[in-house]
Amino acid sequence: MSDIPDRVRKIVVEHLGVEEDKVTESASFIDDLGADSLDTVELVMAFEEEFGIEIPDDAAETIQTFGDAVKFIKEAS
Amino acid sequence: MFDLTGKNALITGASGGIGGAIAKALHEAGATVGLSGTREAPLQELAAELGERAFVLPCNLSDPEAVAALPKQAADAMGSVDILVNNAGITRDNLFMRMSDDEWQQVLDVNLTATFKLCKGVLRGMMKARWGRIVNISSIVGATGNPGQGNYAAAKAGLVGMTKSLAYEVASRGITANAVAPGFIETAMTDKLNDDQKAGIMGQIPAGRMGTAEEIAAAVLYLSSQEAAYVTGATLHVNGGMAML
Repeated sequence: MSDIPDRVRKIVVEHLGVEEDKVTESASFIDDLGADSLDTVELVMAFEEEFGIEIPDDAAETIQTFGDAVKFIKEAS
Repeated sequence: MFDLTGKNALITGASGGIGGAIAKALHEAGATVGLSGTREAPLQELAAELGERAFVLPCNLSDPEAVAALPKQAADAMGSVDILVNNAGITRDNLFMRMSDDEWQQVLDVNLTATFKLCKGVLRGMMKARWGRIVNISSIVGATGNPGQGNYAAAKAGLVGMTKSLAYEVASRGITANAVAPGFIETAMTDKLNDDQKAGIMGQIPAGRMGTAEEIAAAVLYLSSQEAAYVTGATLHVNGGMAML
């Protein structure tokens, strides 16, 4: 449970090819980390697999920042 | 020339003339094939003829639940779906003024909506693999129109726009999406035409003959190949010059 932020950060860093310290709580995938809309879909797919959860489309749309992702996954897993 | 060894292909409408030829061509190039269709017997026959690397995956595309389940069934059977060929199609021809809502809806459901859902269903695996080929079988009438086929032409034209939009979205992930638009092809569907109708059609085909299912299959094989990696959002017209688009 406590390692969720680190695991999420690792996925984001690997997928978007950004520096780890750029992935802050409020960092927006699209505005700050250079993701395009398809990247955000792929990130959600990767989160689903890493944490064995299902993220419905309407929930996926609300996951805009690193913090959003961590919060959602904590609540879902 | 085209080697599909190690690739897994799902083909809908494989019980029909064109679908069967497509399955054979991809199989001959080394692909494992998932044969989908409504009628199981011809699928079993085809699978027996192909031998290894062939799976029968019956599916009624007018049943939304069956459509939703098919991509996973195919991936479970073959390991993945690297190539999707949306070939299945139905006709419910009628003059515009007589066409019922039901005739319209059935054709749109199977020919367009099911194709959308199958494309969507296989994308996740293709995105992860950073490789995928989607080939949607359109029709010449999608581009030219045809009396009595308002529903069919709408669905087949719709496929082209859908394919192009999809091609835009996934091009950066190594996935291509293309359409093949057959003209008049010798199949059970065109066998039903009488001699006068056939003669009328021949007069409009510069090549002077109907096409064969194998000639459609060859186009699909190309678009499924590694060699066609830079071709996406295209519609390949295979019609003997009947419409030069």
